[in-house]
Amino acid sequence: MPPPEPSSAVDASVPPRGHGPLARGEARVAWALLAPTLLIVATVVVLPLLAIFWISVKPVQLSDLRAPELVVREDLRGSPEAVGDEGVWRFRLRNSSPDREIADVSFEDVIPVALKLGELPEACAASGSTLTCSYGDVPGGWRERIQIPITVAAELDGSVKDTLPVITATASSVLTDGTFTFENFARVFDSDEFIGVMGVTLFYTVFGTIGAIVMGLFAALLLDRSFKGQGILRGLYLFPYVAPVIAVAFAWIILFDPFSGSANALLIRMGVTDEAINFFGQKPLALISVTVFEIWRYFPLSFLFILARMQSIPTDIYEAADMDGASPFQQFAWLSLPQLLGILSVLFLLRFIWTFNKFDDIFLLTGGNAGTRTLTVNVYEQAFAISNIGAGAAVAVVIFVCLLLFSAFFFRFISREEGL
Amino acid sequence: MSSPASSPVSSPVSSPAGSPAAFLRHGTVTAALLGAAWLITLSVTVAVAMSFATGAAFRPNLLWSLVWGATAGVALLHLRYTSVIAAALIAATLWEPLSPMPMQATPTVLVIGAGCLIVGFVWAMHNTLAGLGTGANNRHTFEAAVIRFLTGFGYLFFTAIVAIPFWVMLMTSFKNRAELVANPLDFSLDLSKGADLFRSYEELFTQFNFGTYLANSFLISVATVLLTLLFAIPGAYAVARLRFSGRAAFSRGILLIYMVPMIVLALPIYIAFSVTGLRNSIAGILMIYPVTTIPVALYMLQGYFRGLPAEVEEAGLMDGLNRLQVIWKITLPLSLPALASVSLYVFMIAWNEFLLAFMLLDDPSTFTLTRGIASLDSSEVPRQHLMAGSVIATVPVMALFLGLERFMTRGLAAGSVKG
Repeated sequence: MPPPEPSSAVDASVPPRGHGPLARGEARVAWALLAPTLLIVATVVVLPLLAIFWISVKPVQLSDLRAPELVVREDLRGSPEAVGDEGVWRFRLRNSSPDREIADVSFEDVIPVALKLGELPEACAASGSTLTCSYGDVPGGWRERIQIPITVAAELDGSVKDTLPVITATASSVLTDGTFTFENFARVFDSDEFIGVMGVTLFYTVFGTIGAIVMGLFAALLLDRSFKGQGILRGLYLFPYVAPVIAVAFAWIILFDPFSGSANALLIRMGVTDEAINFFGQKPLALISVTVFEIWRYFPLSFLFILARMQSIPTDIYEAADMDGASPFQQFAWLSLPQLLGILSVLFLLRFIWTFNKFDDIFLLTGGNAGTRTLTVNVYEQAFAISNIGAGAAVAVVIFVCLLLFSAFFFRFISREEGL
Repeated sequence: MSSPASSPVSSPVSSPAGSPAAFLRHGTVTAALLGAAWLITLSVTVAVAMSFATGAAFRPNLLWSLVWGATAGVALLHLRYTSVIAAALIAATLWEPLSPMPMQATPTVLVIGAGCLIVGFVWAMHNTLAGLGTGANNRHTFEAAVIRFLTGFGYLFFTAIVAIPFWVMLMTSFKNRAELVANPLDFSLDLSKGADLFRSYEELFTQFNFGTYLANSFLISVATVLLTLLFAIPGAYAVARLRFSGRAAFSRGILLIYMVPMIVLALPIYIAFSVTGLRNSIAGILMIYPVTTIPVALYMLQGYFRGLPAEVEEAGLMDGLNRLQVIWKITLPLSLPALASVSLYVFMIAWNEFLLAFMLLDDPSTFTLTRGIASLDSSEVPRQHLMAGSVIATVPVMALFLGLERFMTRGLAAGSVKG
């Protein structure tokens, strides 16, 4: 620090205010460097988030994702071959969607030179070598068959299908049209399920978070000393977190299988239980099991964070405490814990939000059955199992709002705690 | 906490003799309690371990474990005949009516089981009781002994809960259906089968296209790492080094994205990809994966960049380099360790990703490993195949992780913990 300047030179000690050209240039460079990230994040995160709000007030089913199409099939019936043969030129039209209308339906086809057309149906008109049929708006499930009598006037040189009919039709999609509904939200909130789902989510989140942090704290205490093999143990204890979730989830399912799982065989042989326990299929037990899995899978993360913080605590305070006769438990309670409180609370908030967001684990272990359906699993359940995309989106909106609340709390807290 | 287990300075706040705390701290009582606790712990551990190793029946008896443990604890504290006590304990273990761990197995297994249990017990007690006096002990000595037990217990407990699922995964993949049904506890390896042990793996690669899945996973993960770094390095540099209004807001915004649940994004992405036909394409997946990893990478890297001395970069600027050249020629070479750990972490996320792969990929030619394993989850596919698939997905990421563990843990810690 330079010594304070005398008051006459006050300008030198106060940094210049406002933005000079240099600062503006620096800001320009910064935004240029950030632009690609901002752009891609906006497309892949912000857009979908906005889309979720839009979809949540639309009556969208899974089947609506494929826009309705006008299907036209064309054939020549009566096998006319020689000049003078009579036959029927037939078109079959169909709206591919059973319930969505298609607007301004019409099609055009080239009339083969060799054919002489008979009487045309009402919707069709021939001008020159072009046949045009128009139907206006057609409802969902609409079908039409057009038969045009023909006579072969010249040598048939090829199939009639050489020219395909050209279709004009405007299909509106539920995703983009003006129909709105609040039924999705009504469904989500009205059902008795909702309270249950919220309860399950809270249980899973709260106990999963606390459990993972407590276990992480123990593991960190174990490894906060140097001994031979410390590195190996630390690596081993991180395995649950590093391994693919699908691999460990299936390993747990097979280990705890009620019919042929080793855990049940072991428990029965040790005399703990008489008959096999269905860990992931019984009502209250399944929720406890998936929470235990969550704790098992994420204690490594907490332990890593806590260990890093522990190793940055200076050792001399413990030496001083030892000299003063503080016992190991006293040292833990009065020296270590206060030092760890900051990281523990940050971890709690982070893990709380992440556990709240967790989907894969429960989906793989129980599929949301046996009383383990959390909010995130409910999104999938509504959107894909019941095929009601709109309802799924409504649940997603509920999640997002919860999350905004958590985040607001988180940032208030973390800015105080960690000076972020 | 790790305190040097020395300094038997008497505690100034020692409770008066005769109080419950003082009773617990009496050497004989402490030794009995710790002995009982150790023998119970070890008989359960050895029983589980031996069951998994041999498939034979081991049933820890908690009552006799308690009795024998307490007795032996007191004996080990007061007497010096360690080998005599150990021999007596082995005899007790082998005599079924009073055994802390009755076994039904071949004589060899019996002796090995009893030997492991008792040698482990005596060794653990020897370490735990070191420094404990036979009479009244002060609080420091007592707690140090308790902590030595808790530490040993903790190592056993954590190692067991972490290792057992992976052990089961690995060993199940070497079995066939008949063996699995015959004894679900038997995880011993039948080496006489030779190459037949790897039959599940062979079938996965020949009949279930796991070669393609492995290649896809590898390609996608590496591409994700490169794309992430491409976006995150300039971004992190800007946030760490340059001053601009909105920097703090940006710093927080990054974290905010990190908190958006994937399932909320997955639904609109699924719809958009369905409409535009990007589903079932690796390109589609590669548009999404990097975005999920950029926030983490950016956050980790900016933490590291901040720790680098700005003077070197300023010197570079003075010498006529522009910002991009400074990043390329000065900052990046200095942050290779951080880049290694970020890459590793991003690779791990991309490799393990399940939800998006599951929702967006339906065509087996585009499957990643995780999606491939999910497709094995049906009643028609035997479960040793499922486990073999899991092993195939786990081994590369584990190998990478163990090989570069130092980068991994350091990077994770640097990125996530401030101060």
